[in-house]
Amino acid sequence: MLADDMACNPRNPKPATVFSHKNMELNVYGDDVEVDYRSYEVTVENFLRVLTGRIPPSTPRSKRLLSDDRSNILIYMTGHGGNGFLKFQDSEEITNVELADAFEQMWQKRRYNELLFIIDTCQGASMYERFYSPNIMALASSQVGEDSLSHQPDLEIGVHLMDRYTFYVLEFLEEIHPASQTNMNDLFQVCPKSLCVSTPGHRTDLFQRDPQNVLITDFFGSVRKVEITAGALALDRDVAALESKFPEEELATEPLKYAEQLPVAQIIHQKPKQKDWHPPGGFILGLWALIIMVFFKTYGIKHMKHVF
Amino acid sequence: MVAAAAAMAADEAERARGRRAALSFATIAVVLGLPLWWKTTETYRAALPYAAIDGLGQQPVQLVVPMAVVFGPGSVPGDLPRPLPFRDVQKMEISVNRERPPLRTSITSRYEMRYRSTTAQEEAALAAATAREADAALYLLQDTTLGSLTMYVVPETSSLLPQGINAYVGKHRSALVRAGGSLAALQARLREVTQVMSFTASSIAAVLSDRVPDGQLSFDARRNLKSSLGYEITFSLLNPDPKSHTVDWDIEGAVNRFVKPVLDKLSLVANFSVDSQILYYAVLGVTPRYDKESSSFLLSAHSLPHVINPVEARLGSSAASLYPVLNFLLYVPERSHSPLYIQDKDGALVSTNAFHSPRWGGIMVYNVEAPASPQASLPLHVDVDMARVMEVFLAQLRLLFGLSWEEVPPEFLLESPGNEGLADWELDHLLWAHTVENIATVSTTLTSLAQLLDKIGNIVIKDDVASEVYRAVASVQSAVTELSLGHLLAAFQASKEAVTSSERAFFDPSLLHLLYFPDDQKFAIYIPLFLPMAVPILLSLAKIVRETRLRKKEPTKMD
Repeated sequence: MLADDMACNPRNPKPATVFSHKNMELNVYGDDVEVDYRSYEVTVENFLRVLTGRIPPSTPRSKRLLSDDRSNILIYMTGHGGNGFLKFQDSEEITNVELADAFEQMWQKRRYNELLFIIDTCQGASMYERFYSPNIMALASSQVGEDSLSHQPDLEIGVHLMDRYTFYVLEFLEEIHPASQTNMNDLFQVCPKSLCVSTPGHRTDLFQRDPQNVLITDFFGSVRKVEITAGALALDRDVAALESKFPEEELATEPLKYAEQLPVAQIIHQKPKQKDWHPPGGFILGLWALIIMVFFKTYGIKHMKHVF
Repeated sequence: MVAAAAAMAADEAERARGRRAALSFATIAVVLGLPLWWKTTETYRAALPYAAIDGLGQQPVQLVVPMAVVFGPGSVPGDLPRPLPFRDVQKMEISVNRERPPLRTSITSRYEMRYRSTTAQEEAALAAATAREADAALYLLQDTTLGSLTMYVVPETSSLLPQGINAYVGKHRSALVRAGGSLAALQARLREVTQVMSFTASSIAAVLSDRVPDGQLSFDARRNLKSSLGYEITFSLLNPDPKSHTVDWDIEGAVNRFVKPVLDKLSLVANFSVDSQILYYAVLGVTPRYDKESSSFLLSAHSLPHVINPVEARLGSSAASLYPVLNFLLYVPERSHSPLYIQDKDGALVSTNAFHSPRWGGIMVYNVEAPASPQASLPLHVDVDMARVMEVFLAQLRLLFGLSWEEVPPEFLLESPGNEGLADWELDHLLWAHTVENIATVSTTLTSLAQLLDKIGNIVIKDDVASEVYRAVASVQSAVTELSLGHLLAAFQASKEAVTSSERAFFDPSLLHLLYFPDDQKFAIYIPLFLPMAVPILLSLAKIVRETRLRKKEPTKMD
């Protein structure tokens, strides 16, 4: 979910790129970035709907979270935030209570096996204070009362490119490859106060495994559990194509034609339609009632006999 | 004097009228206004059967397996408790951890056994030359309702079963078992056969595994496909090197000849849809190692987990359907990496050259033979041997569903199901597992929905959500009843309806809670509306109270 107003912004001197540093080495808006919800679709309601699964039936597959009880989920949120909330698109907020309730509903329906929540905003630690569902590990870029700061500005564009915590986490993750054995404790050490100015925090009390034993690749890199297929079936090769037990019935259908889309002849030669007469509607009646009332109030009821 | 008295009386009347007016305002505000405000600002919540939902979680589930044990001539053990025919019931509790909610229910299995001796026709069938022929002949004579089992006991020394084999499990719902000398030995063998042909305690506990606390079950138990109303199967051909290989595969013919019979058999369990695609320039994300001794390329077992992710982005799936997708990929390696073999953990080559990932699908590597002459013109034309490929893919499909013969004791002989892909009793396996899983899913879904609606007071419950909940409760109760009567198919269908209704109710888009309002925001909304109206009323009420107190004191003062 991205507001997605940066990469193709008219002010971007290198369109369709977002770099992590002004040396322009790493384009984080590369070929394999898939954005499912962008600009006006990024709302608190859509976010909660995606998490809890309460999505209108017409939503396509790519916009749904199709997870089950064996899926590990990574949620990364960044933006402006405060004590207990995060801003969405400068117009609405999501509170930590709503987020915790959404996670609990996901747990009730077993929509995740383990969940890693990373947040990079001011006072980010307040967002994970209220979680109460099991198997959630949370990291934040700053404690309550602290601000998260940006990294370096790019003077060509005129804005800061990336937040400090995100920059150092990105640097850390760029060195992880799918077979790496690095664990979560190393991720907790990323961006100490000397580099980040704010104090990153984490929460592991809800997580069942020891963070020492949790690999980074459990959440990043989509490494699957795989089994060797030991034996094959023995099929009889000479079988002809089987008549399906449920043959599809061929109904004789007549060829379809398009109906006349616009009755052009009728439109051109139309006469004005006779409108049926309707009695006067409420407004007219009310107006006349008001006028008559004022008249009789002023001149007295005995004038009624002049009307009838 | 009269004027002054009259003026005072008028004054008094005026004040009395004022008091009555203030009192009537206050009464109307409290009696009419407050309830009206409460009623119009409450969220509409249709009634839900909370008591029934609570009862669902505690209802014991009984899995009844109707069994017939038929004694062939010369196989009746001497120590039968009663003369044939007689009935017996054996119960077994399937232990699932019940300490932590919401799994408070108990699951027991009940084997209703009917012991009898063979009829003349069955005797003639048992006189066949091989076990397979006997089974085929007996199939026509037996009861074939889903979930039932028939076991024919042959004498211990019978030559119908090969040497060293104690039981022959046919591909329908019957087995031939050696008598075993005493009733106790026979019953032990029958119990083993039942464990193979029907369900085991561990297979039932495995489908409930997502409700069991972590660490109680081995990893293997949780890898089967979850019960779903349908599955989408996608066959993909990956050709990373179209310059060297032009690969032709007759997928439509292969699906009609080999896959359709299996899916037709599985159609009771779920709806299947099949599609296929060919992807060019799709590479595996892993570089294989060159092995000098065999002059081939090797993919080791520990690099296999990283193969799937780079390919998956390109596979795509039908945008409209929400069913789980099973992907079967056939990879034809590039000419520069041919031939490519997969190594297992011990370094041996895998005979099928294929691997699969639970709940995702399988990948098979198809090696193209090197051309006879090195000057052969590229691209080489490759005609894929679909029978060999489908043998592997269908084996993987069985494994994904959890149908494997790993736990069968060695002295059992199982008949191969042939082109149907799975035996009738394996179909029953799936039905038992999915029925129990559906029932457990529905009761936890409804319980958590009830808890959620209880806890978050401002979620609207529409009427159709409530009706889906009622329907789900009724279907689950009917499924449990059918299970306790031994009607597996009816129970499965009722459980499917229950799952559909409960999922529809739980995931209804209208159940998103109105966004959270902290208390100070609620005050900020109501105070500007109610305070201006409430201040005059309260002040006049206070004035009335003060005046009545003064007047009560006056008579005592005036005496």
